[in-house]
Amino acid sequence: MHDADQIEVQSETRGDAIIVRPIGDIDLSRAPHLREQLSGALQEAEARLVINLDDVPYMDSSGVATLVETMQMCRRSGKKLVLCQLQDRVRSIFEIARLDMVFTIVENTDEAINA
Amino acid sequence: MNDAASSPHLRLEMLSQARLLSAARSMVGNFAQRLGFNEVECGQISLAVDEALCNIINHGYEKRDDGQIWLSVWGLEGEQPGIRVMIEDAARQVEPDQIKSRDLDDVRPGGLGVFIIHEIMDEVKYDKREQEGMRLTMVKRLSSDSRPTSSSNETRHEESSHSGKGGSDHA
Repeated sequence: MHDADQIEVQSETRGDAIIVRPIGDIDLSRAPHLREQLSGALQEAEARLVINLDDVPYMDSSGVATLVETMQMCRRSGKKLVLCQLQDRVRSIFEIARLDMVFTIVENTDEAINA
Repeated sequence: MNDAASSPHLRLEMLSQARLLSAARSMVGNFAQRLGFNEVECGQISLAVDEALCNIINHGYEKRDDGQIWLSVWGLEGEQPGIRVMIEDAARQVEPDQIKSRDLDDVRPGGLGVFIIHEIMDEVKYDKREQEGMRLTMVKRLSSDSRPTSSSNETRHEESSHSGKGGSDHA
């Protein structure tokens, strides 16, 4: 994997939740690395995985597919997935793909912890 | 600016590598901004191009990283100004009418690219190229929602005054 194919992901634990914060564009190039990162975070999360997208200026359907996959893994393991702080351009793809009502999407991490 | 019958205003030849997507969508997004599309529209046009390129990489070239892709872009003027993007490849050919989007009610990873392209762009046409590969031609028109900035207006005048100069997707 090239360095350009890797995405920086910060994470923190808050109560029974893990909050992950990817930084940078999420496209076909970086989606596989993000998938690995989210899979690891999900295993560590006790009950809830929060993905803060504040530092993601762009996402294509490869990124969306990774999040759909993560949502399905969460459901299978009885955990909750919440997305927060979507930028307008990223929110736009969820709306175009009509997935904005499928995911739990809230404004910020505090809401995500309680959603 | 000349119409799509003339040479493209921008042309990019790239390999079928996912790490090159950001350069391609930046090129198209920046040009769309200069043509007067608003920020959300520029993002969506870039997204349509990105999705088309992803389909070529994943399905056309089946993730081979040495396939050739040609991206051509025109700024359109006249009564219906906008942007025309043509993406050509030398990958396997499919019947254009077999390139369809899937049912969105089936929530699962993948398969959204063709749907997204049709949702964003005003015109979408797939053709087989004469010798090999596929060609995708997409048009997005400026609408009343497009809010050109003063700088983009200046740019359009500037480009017009220098206008003496004169792509595929797989389900």
